[in-house]
Formats: sequence, structure tokens, C-alpha cells
Amino acid sequence: MTSAPRLLWLIGVFGLLIFLALLSIRIGTRAVSLGDVFAALQGQVDSIGQAAVATRLPRTLLAVLAGAALGLSGAVMQGVTRNPLAEPGLLGVNTGASLAIAIGVAWFGIVSAQAFVWTAILGAGATAVFVYAIGSLGRGGATPLKLTLAGVATSIAFTSLVIAIVLPRADIAGGIRSWQIGGVGGATFDTIRLVLPFLIAGFVMALLSARKLNALAMGDELAAGLGERVALARGVSALAAIVLCGATTAACGPIGFVGLVVPHLCRLLVGVDHRWILPFSALIGAGLLTAADVLGRIVARPSELEVGIVTAFLGAPFFIWIVRRQRVREL
Amino acid sequence: MTTIALSAVRADRRARRIRRTTVLGFLSAVLLALFAFALSSGQSFTPPLQVLRVLMGEEVPGASFTVGQLRLPRAVLAVLAGMSFGMGGAAFQTMLRNPLASPDIIGINLGASAAAVFGIVVLGLDGAGVSVFAIVAGLGVALTIFGLSWRGGISGTRLILVGIGVAAMLESFISYVLSQAPAWDMQEAMRWMSGSVNAAQMDQALPVLAALVIFGGALLVRAKDLEVLTLGDDMAAALGTPITRTRIVVMIASVGLIAVATAATGPILFVAFLSAPIAVRLTGHSGSSLIPAGLVGATLVLAGDHVGQFLLPARYPVGVVTAALGAPYLIYLIIRTHGGGRA
Repeated sequence: MTSAPRLLWLIGVFGLLIFLALLSIRIGTRAVSLGDVFAALQGQVDSIGQAAVATRLPRTLLAVLAGAALGLSGAVMQGVTRNPLAEPGLLGVNTGASLAIAIGVAWFGIVSAQAFVWTAILGAGATAVFVYAIGSLGRGGATPLKLTLAGVATSIAFTSLVIAIVLPRADIAGGIRSWQIGGVGGATFDTIRLVLPFLIAGFVMALLSARKLNALAMGDELAAGLGERVALARGVSALAAIVLCGATTAACGPIGFVGLVVPHLCRLLVGVDHRWILPFSALIGAGLLTAADVLGRIVARPSELEVGIVTAFLGAPFFIWIVRRQRVREL
Repeated sequence: MTTIALSAVRADRRARRIRRTTVLGFLSAVLLALFAFALSSGQSFTPPLQVLRVLMGEEVPGASFTVGQLRLPRAVLAVLAGMSFGMGGAAFQTMLRNPLASPDIIGINLGASAAAVFGIVVLGLDGAGVSVFAIVAGLGVALTIFGLSWRGGISGTRLILVGIGVAAMLESFISYVLSQAPAWDMQEAMRWMSGSVNAAQMDQALPVLAALVIFGGALLVRAKDLEVLTLGDDMAAALGTPITRTRIVVMIASVGLIAVATAATGPILFVAFLSAPIAVRLTGHSGSSLIPAGLVGATLVLAGDHVGQFLLPARYPVGVVTAALGAPYLIYLIIRTHGGGRA
């Protein structure tokens, strides 16, 4: 594929993202007129509509950032593991972040939001390494089935550990439980300011790893033959994926399936070159999560569906579709 | 020559039969002992004699309430549900010839759980209505998973992965319905997310008992045919086994067992998955694993509930305990099944 149609797609996807972001600001329990949106953007909070916009702005921004981070994270994970089912949610990486946060809050009394983010990233990283190690033990390396099962088993075990930590602590139970569903509803600019440095670092590292992922896609031996330091390439890209999904999980709670769906869509659109897949994954991920958040506010009026629930309902059928389409290796 | 070979086969059969009988006796004894222990110990200790008097229907001050009202329904429900999960899981794993194709891994437990939550919170059902609704939903989920993984045949791998996808949706659905429910407290939510026999009532145990008699009975009647199916369809057909009928009966019966138990306790995770492998380890492939798996399941739930209640620093629902036990075993199975020399 030449670059021209991909550039057009890029512009199109970017336009769609802007449109979805505007939609996210206008639509909610109460729809807001464009006039109110512009007034609120200039700092007015006189009418109810303008006040709604003031809370929807950080929410929309967080949805865009988190979606981009999850999409990118999934694309990098699928590239690093060469496994079409790799994804932060399915691999249990999100639950690892949750467990780390539960441990941090309950036993180490972490309160500073900064510590929150670091804890989540550490938990995500340790879990990713753990699950990947289990999945790749034995014959055949990390097949989709083994990796997914290892992720599911780890998720279930960690979830019950989270429960074991949280249940006796009524003081933190409610907060952790609502955070565990995964949503952007409570977003503030402070939350965003906090995770932004991590996200930016993750974005930069991930985008820079595109060429390395292309090399890894050819197989370890060929990549090594071409002068790529395979272990280093893997390490850097994996670190980027972990920072991105750890920081996102700290801000929004575990959100599944975005990282699974988005890279597949991107490959359908722009082929297999990671230099294109990665930026597209960020944009489409942002669009998808924003759309899912808007959808959650529309379908459950007057209350709303947490975005993590919406993405599970959109993503799981897609997951099944991939499983049916792929010739998944037999046990 | 032949006589020697024949007598070797006979000796082998006898050894297997002895092993099976011993193991079944041992499992029953363990279960009985645990049951007696669960009735007499708790926050306070009740002497066995008093427990017996309560069981005989006598009015014993103090003990009548703790034993008769609190511990007995709880222990009975734990045993019945554990048996259902164990037998249902064993039937599934045998029918699909895959230890990973267990109802709790492919999402059938969660299907029944989602139905129970929806039935109770949204439709306002109770009692037997919840059980029936859970069976229907469990069968629906099972059929959906089979249908979605059909591509000119069922591949174990595809079935399990599709099941994981369906389970993710059901889990989200449950947490949504629960989040909308008025004043639903953590304990109650935990029951439907991970399974618990907290606050059990005798009338909750009745549908489970009925399901065990009907569906468990149906499975036992088909036990021989089910074993033959593991030899492969061609072999089974050659031996005159009604393949399709056996599959249908086994599927309905095992989903029925799982669904009714789930409607009473929530999806107590990994009991269905763990029971048959443990049972097979103990009996050494001698005969059908249905009954030993049922006994192992009952033991797991009863013991897990006691551990969750009294041996940990806080009180946990049994599902949390079984999940923490089962997940490492699943991980072990992933590693071992695919490990070095073993095919």
C-alpha cells in the first residue's frame, strides 16, 4: 500500500475523533447546546448546561488519552508477543495493577496520587512478566490459548486476592469496588495532570519502537540477523506498553478489550507496518473509548453505564470473531 | 499364554476395583467427618452429642439455633452445591475430552449467575423461579458457546476461547445489574460474583437436592456411554453407543446441575474445574469419575467454606477461597500439559 491512502485514512480518523470528542461534550444525561459549549469553553459556568460541560471536558480528555494509551498498548503487546490475542485486559495486566493498588492502599497506606500511579505501573509490569512467562513455558511458546488462559487464571486469582484484601476494610471497599468497574466518569483535570507525564513517556517510547516491532515481526532469528538486539527491542517496547496501561488503569480502573479490538481494526485499514499501525491505534483507540463513553451515557439514561462495561460488550463479540477467524492452534 | 494374560487382566481389574472402592470409602469418610465438624464447630463449639440431639429434632437451648438454623443449612447447601459442581464439571470435561473445558472456565457458571441476578433484581423472581430461569439461561449460554465455536466441528481450543469471551460479557452484565440494584451490599454482591453459602436457608437447598436427584441421576444412567465417548466417536458408534442422545442428555443434565447450584450459591469458581482431575488422580482412571468428582466437589466447598469463615483473619465467601486454590492449579495445568516431553 502506498502512503497516500493511509494519509487520507489518518486525516479521516482524526476528523472522526474530533467529532466524537465534541459529541462527548454535548451529549449526556442532559444534552447541551453548542452555544453553551462555547460559553463554557471560555470559562463561563452560569447555566446548568455550561456546568455540565465543565465536568464533561476533563472526562472527554481522559477518555481520549486513556483510549489512545490502551489502543497503543494493545498494538505494542500484540507486536511484542506476535500473538493476536495479546491485550492488557486479557493478559491480566489490568488486574495486576488493581491488586498492586489494593495492596498499596490497604497495607502501605498510600494516599498520594503520585504513589497511586507508580504502584499501578509496578503491578502491571510484574503481572505482564509473570503471565508471559507462564504462557511461554513448555512446547510451542506463548500460543494464543496458553497466553489467554494464563491471563484469565491470573486475573481470577488476583481478583480474589483483591477481594481478600478489601473485604475486611469497609473504609476502602466502596472506593476500590467502584474503581474496579473501570470508568472515566469521575475524571478531573488533576487526575489527568498526574498521569499525563507517564502517558507522554509511554506514547513516545511506544511510537519509537515501531521499527523494532517491524523487525521482531520477522521472527527473532531474522531480526537478530539484521542486527536488531532482540531482547532490548522486546524490553523497551514491552515497557512502553506497561507504562501506558498501568497509568491508564491508575486513572480509570481496568478497562478491557480496547487494546484487543483497535490493533486488529488498524491492520485491516493500513496493513502490517507498525510505523502506521501504532499512530492509528492511538487515534482509533481514543475514538473508540470516547464513543463507548458517550454510548454508555445514552443507553442507560437517566443513569449511565461505566465505560468498562460498554467496552466489554463491544469487545467480547469482536474477540469471539477473531477466535473464529484465526486458525488458533490446537491444544 | 492366553490364560496368563487373562488372569493378569483380571488381577488388574480387581486391583482397580479395590482402589476405587477404597477411594470412594475414604472420600465419603472425609466428607462425613468434615460435615460433623462443620456442625459442631464455629464461633463456639457444640459437643457432638448436642449436635446429634438437634439433628434428631430435640429442642436444645442455644444449640438448636446455632446448629439447626445457622450451621446445618449452610453445611447442607455446601455439600449439595459442591456435589453438583463436581459432577457437572466431570461430565463436561469427559464429554469434551478436555480438562480445561469446565463450565466455570467457559462461562456457564457465570451465565447462570447472570440469570439469577437478573431474575432477582430486575424481574423480582424468587425460590424455584430463580432456579428455572438459571437453567434456561445456562442452557442458552452453553448452546451459544457451542454454536459460536462450531466451524465444521468443535475444537477444544476454540470452545474455551469463545467461552472466555462470553464470560467477560456476562461478568460485565452482572456488575452492571448489581450496580443498579438498590442498596445492594458488598456481601450480597460477592455472592453473585464469586459464590458463597452465607446466610443459607434450608429452602435454598431443596432445588439443589432435586437437581442432584434428577440431573445427577440422568448422568449416572448415562455414565457408561459417557465413558465410551472418550474413545472417540467412531469407536463409540462401533460399540453401539447412542452418541447424539448421550451428548444431549449429558449436556442438559450437567448444565442443569451447574445452573441450579449457581442460582443458590453464586458461581463458586473452579470447583467444577478441580473436582474431576483430583478424583481421577485418586481413583487412577478406574471407572466413571462422576461420583468421586461429586464427593471431591462437596469436600472442596465444605472445607473451603470453613477455611473462609474461620481460619483466615477475616470472613471470606467460599468462592474467594476456591478461586485462590484453583487459579494456581490452572496455571500448573497450562505449564504441565505443554511442558517439555509430554504431549
